[in-house]
Amino acid sequence: MNLPQRIAQWWVHGQTWPGASWTRRLLVVVALALLPFLLEAVAGRAWVRIADIALIYAMLAVGLNLVVGFAGLLDLGYVAFFAVGAYAYGLLASPQFGIHASFLLLLPLGAIAAACFGVLLGAPTLKLRGDYLAIVTLGFGEIIRIFLNNLNQPVNITNGPQGVTLIDPLLLGSFSFGKPHSMLGVTVAPVHAYFYLLVCMVALSMLVARRLQNSRIGRAWAAIREDETAARAMGIDTRNLKLLAFALGATFGGVAGGLFAAVQGFVSPESFTLQESVMILCMVVLGGMGHVAGVVLGAIVLTALPEALRVVGPLQKAAFGHVWIDPADLRMMLFGLALIVMMRWRPAGMWPAPGWARRTPSAVGSKPQVAARGRDDAP
Amino acid sequence: MDIFIQQLVNGVVLGSIYALVALGYTMVYGILGLINFAHGDLVMVGALSALALLKVCLAVGLGLPASLALATLGAVLLCGGLGVLIERVAYRPLRSAPKLAPLITAIGVSILIEYGAAMIWSKQYLALPPVIQSTTWQLAGAAITDLQVAIVVMASVLMAGLLWLIRATPLGVAMRATEQNAEVAGLMGIDTHRVIAITFLIGSGLAALAGIMVLLYYGVAHYFMGFMLGLKAFTAAVLGGIGSVPGAMLGGLLLGLIESLGAGYVGELTGGVFGSNYRDVFAFIVLILVLVLRPAGLLGTASGERA
Repeated sequence: MNLPQRIAQWWVHGQTWPGASWTRRLLVVVALALLPFLLEAVAGRAWVRIADIALIYAMLAVGLNLVVGFAGLLDLGYVAFFAVGAYAYGLLASPQFGIHASFLLLLPLGAIAAACFGVLLGAPTLKLRGDYLAIVTLGFGEIIRIFLNNLNQPVNITNGPQGVTLIDPLLLGSFSFGKPHSMLGVTVAPVHAYFYLLVCMVALSMLVARRLQNSRIGRAWAAIREDETAARAMGIDTRNLKLLAFALGATFGGVAGGLFAAVQGFVSPESFTLQESVMILCMVVLGGMGHVAGVVLGAIVLTALPEALRVVGPLQKAAFGHVWIDPADLRMMLFGLALIVMMRWRPAGMWPAPGWARRTPSAVGSKPQVAARGRDDAP
Repeated sequence: MDIFIQQLVNGVVLGSIYALVALGYTMVYGILGLINFAHGDLVMVGALSALALLKVCLAVGLGLPASLALATLGAVLLCGGLGVLIERVAYRPLRSAPKLAPLITAIGVSILIEYGAAMIWSKQYLALPPVIQSTTWQLAGAAITDLQVAIVVMASVLMAGLLWLIRATPLGVAMRATEQNAEVAGLMGIDTHRVIAITFLIGSGLAALAGIMVLLYYGVAHYFMGFMLGLKAFTAAVLGGIGSVPGAMLGGLLLGLIESLGAGYVGELTGGVFGSNYRDVFAFIVLILVLVLRPAGLLGTASGERA
């Protein structure tokens, strides 16, 4: 088999839709190419920007899905890795230190830095019960924000609450994403250029996630998620595989962070609050834990939701003459409610992973949690 | 030396509050194996509802002791009810679900309560009206207020009462039996659902009382105050050995002292590189250290590596 054939086989094997054909793929590519122009014509340029942000969230959701969906570990501070990636790019490609390193260098650097934090955090907790990870990540998410907020003295590193500004736009070869380009008579604005880049990055992350899921590693993760004791009995190195899931998830977060810094041109601790972590978790849970396409859908829907909720404020003003519920708070309440409702009635999410129905009878209902806690396995 | 004693006093007061909150985490964890993320937020609901009730009572013209008693009673009942409601609606249907489901539900409940409170009480820092005049005593170079003494005494009485309840009453026997093995406890005629509901009731009531103590001590309440407090109380529970009631008390006290002394001395020790604005970091460092060095906690039993 020659190389192109092998690549084709690989691609077909890792396909997202069952029975997807080349024409269908071509249609998707054309639709994605036209989408930003369509969005701009219909809803204005602001929506192209929202689409960019949605794609960054999609990358984050795919990354968190590795941890939560594939390996069944709850990470409540995922945004911390996003912050590490964003600050790695922001600090080394801005006037903050006067360093303007190349994006091609900084992207892997941010990814590695995030992965290192992931290992540092996961190593002490992952050999213990899974729920310790949840609380440690929850704490870490807050701690990293405290550091970002306060590391402006005595030596100014992060510029404190003001954040890092004037971050360089992406520069690939001689193509700068920071200014408009004219190609074949069509003007491509920076938001459009970023859109295409981000679509490619999301597609790449989805591909990597799909390939991981169908690999020996992915199957081991699924085994750990369903029953860790049984997985260990089958000879799976549960600790290292959990650590790998956690570190890989962090890597995705770091890459997305670097892109975020470049797209925004500005990072501040404000962007990396607990609310963001909850939102990304919501995208994964709502979209469908363990389903790569599902979590991307979740990310897109949940990024668009706040924009749709914007009408709630003026609507209340018109109806009651007073804004009772702040749209941003309403959004968070809906997220909280969604997490509860989904876990209760539809744990598979909006777009369940293929094979979920097959797996539910064994995953749900067979192991009563209370009854399973005998004295011998007490903490 | 004066600073040391002063920080010691502050640490003990802070520690008693942490201990009260940590009890709620540890009791629920002991019985259900679940980290109830919403527990810290019940502290916040306790503080904010007590503040609202106190303002109403004072406006009606009741005296300060009566107002304070009514506000405390109202807040404890509200939080207790809320705790039982959360258990009934959110956690009980998931008893037999995979482990991840109740954890995700718990964070959902926490977010819902936080933003529900933001809607009701706004996102402002709400200040306690200046009704409480505290007397300050000088002791060995440190200033101690009667409020601080009252908090420590109250917390000690409550904890002693809880220990008595668990060790010496039929309900306590049922709770310990359910903790050891819910299935067998059920076979012995214990209504485990009821025992779990009561556990939530007690834990939430204690959280409300802790919330009132925080309100009186710091004089402000805020819709997000439960988050960090909850995180620290959980750390205290892990430090003492999660699932162990005396452990939670010891852990709370120790964590209060570590944080107080740490925040007091970190500036001096690091030559001003890190200031007291890093005080929230100490609990986190303690949590990581305990998990690395002694995951079972100080008073915990068998080292717990559970799948």
